[in-house]
Amino acid sequence: MLFARILGIVAVGTAVATITSGAALAQKKYDTGATDTEIKIGNIMPYSGPASAYGVIGKTEEAYFKMINDKGGINGRKVNFVTYDDAYSPPKAVEQVRKLVESDEVLAVFNPLGTPSNTAIQKYLNAKKIPQLFVATGATKWNDPKNFPWTMGWQPSYQSEAQIYAKWLLREKPDAKVAVLYQNDDFGKDYLKGTKDGFGGKASNIIMEESYEVSEPSIDGHIVKIKAANPDVFVIYATPKFAAQAIKKVAELSWKPLQIVTNVSSSVGGVMKPAGLENSQGILSATYGKDAGDPQWDSDPGMKKWSEFVDKYMPGTDKNDSFVVYGYGVAQTLAKVLEMCGDDLTRANVMKQAASLKDFAPDTLLPGVKINTSATDFAPISQLQMQRFKGEKWELFGEIISGDVPSQ
Amino acid sequence: MSAAEEVVAEGHEAVEAVPKRAMTLSTTTSLVVLAVLLIVPLFAKNFIIFQLTMLLIYGLAVLALNILTGGSGQFSLGQSAFYAVGAYVTAVLMEQFNVNYALTLPVAGVICFGFGFLFGQPALRLSGVYLALATFALATAMPQLLKLNFLEHWTGGVQGLVVTKPDAPFGLPMGQDMWLYYFTLVVTLAIYIFSVNLLRSRSGRAFMAIRDNEIAASSMGVNVALYKTLAFGVSAGITGVAGGLSAIAVQFVAPDSYTITLAISLFLGMVVGGVGWLPGSFVGAAFIIFVPNMAESISKGLSGAVFGVLLFLVIFLVPHGARQVAIVSQQLIGKLKKN
Repeated sequence: MLFARILGIVAVGTAVATITSGAALAQKKYDTGATDTEIKIGNIMPYSGPASAYGVIGKTEEAYFKMINDKGGINGRKVNFVTYDDAYSPPKAVEQVRKLVESDEVLAVFNPLGTPSNTAIQKYLNAKKIPQLFVATGATKWNDPKNFPWTMGWQPSYQSEAQIYAKWLLREKPDAKVAVLYQNDDFGKDYLKGTKDGFGGKASNIIMEESYEVSEPSIDGHIVKIKAANPDVFVIYATPKFAAQAIKKVAELSWKPLQIVTNVSSSVGGVMKPAGLENSQGILSATYGKDAGDPQWDSDPGMKKWSEFVDKYMPGTDKNDSFVVYGYGVAQTLAKVLEMCGDDLTRANVMKQAASLKDFAPDTLLPGVKINTSATDFAPISQLQMQRFKGEKWELFGEIISGDVPSQ
Repeated sequence: MSAAEEVVAEGHEAVEAVPKRAMTLSTTTSLVVLAVLLIVPLFAKNFIIFQLTMLLIYGLAVLALNILTGGSGQFSLGQSAFYAVGAYVTAVLMEQFNVNYALTLPVAGVICFGFGFLFGQPALRLSGVYLALATFALATAMPQLLKLNFLEHWTGGVQGLVVTKPDAPFGLPMGQDMWLYYFTLVVTLAIYIFSVNLLRSRSGRAFMAIRDNEIAASSMGVNVALYKTLAFGVSAGITGVAGGLSAIAVQFVAPDSYTITLAISLFLGMVVGGVGWLPGSFVGAAFIIFVPNMAESISKGLSGAVFGVLLFLVIFLVPHGARQVAIVSQQLIGKLKKN
């Protein structure tokens, strides 16, 4: 009965194999999307449509994980980065995220871009208990661990940034009269709230709050009105087009207040040049990342690593594109979290580790800016440094300032 | 007599007053399609069910455009505006006034009907490309109108509104997605049957008379102004219901969901499905949902270009869209049977 004996041996062999693999499994814990060899991460980005300039962020992240995989992966596992186009349309975002979750079966959804798209998928992902990790938007509402324990931001929120301006003003110009111009939507209102919170008891320093609509062709009228109130400091919480208009109009009126613009509108090419470089001298803003076009980082070890990465994995990419710097930094943060997860690749552990980052400094953040999170603090970056526009570029000054906004 | 033979035989008979085959599928085919739509979700993943739900919803919106353009011969690039109004009516009623989701749909339909009917009044003076431009203006204006300050209290402004997905009623043992699919299917069927009957009715004949020759129609006693605005109203109403359903399925409304791109997609769906052929609306909807995804899987960086090439191929090879494919395949089957 040779056949029966072979069958017996095979059976015993299988049993042994089952037992040993069972023992190995006892130490490793996986949710859908993670195995011994692979971690599947999902992402949505506007590769097409009106916001397609952001698409380079997704490409950078894809390239970053290719580099990680070439170096052997994370704890021996390759990262399978699945990214889809949502065309910056919320219904499409819902469809693509459902595809990632239900068809591709990813472990987590990472760095989805845009406030509308993220709002559209937040409820779904939280109901399914799937991490919506390091969302690419500056709205303050992502730091809400009590109601949305599966959603976490990354970059400083608009409110944090505004608090930093208020803190700086309180320290440097405690008696200055401040006028605020803000865009009348969630973006501008977040900034306004942060400023008021930052001034705290001295909110009376704000002598004027003037709002404009995105649909207005020109905001000159508002600037004239603000000048009439004669403030010492003019804070411009506007998106790039309107920030440029405001700076230009202030110069035309030969008015010389201290001006502050948002980080969003601090692009040299997109705001300062259109407004006129001579009109932009001395304007203040704040930032948290290194500027790839700034020669002072040429010898910086972090930016050298970044530069080598771009040369090898994204040849031909414009190195002045700040989105490449952004994508690298946020991908590095995810890699860190996955590394900290070790062999416990459950969704709950991914969130737990993401909420236990201590003084983590990605290569592309300013020296001194560190990522800290906790079970009650889902706002990874909340420090910025002031910068002043001089000549054709921004110059950093002062120390790193924190603008922690309590979770909602 | 089988469906295919009927079609072939029909060519030799006197032409019907309203050629109903030109509008719909045969009874047998309809029943087969319906059976497939009923059975598939039982075996599909939730994600597929969600996509099918979206297919039905976009199908309804394309159908509405088909009644307007295929039926009464008026162009519209403004369907996204009606879709947006429907979606917002449903979302605001559900979230701010706690109205049952099923009841919000008729309200969305009626409000959009009124909106479309009113818009149809000035549109009467326009035709062809000028009408297309006027409706285009409506589509570009809508997202900004939804962001207006004094509406923000209800609409949530730029932030939009998150909508709660309904559970299956009466403790039916099915998930939210499956329930919503069957709910959408019932609504779609009702509207489809209504549309088919509308186009076969006196009003439908009036629409088509206007489409074919306005002067001849008016000399035959058709009230051109009334029927043109009526077509606009009906089309807007159906689009509004589709918009309302989409708000429930996507669970979110925001101004940026309803841009001109949506209007153009719907127009595209109509052309690909075959202008004036109602079942084609759903083929067109499938095209606008699935083909961009296919294009993306072929090349991420050039997805738009791949989509363009595919679209070009469709228009070049089958200019009358799915309708042409259906007729050709029916004739082929007919020939095979005769042999």
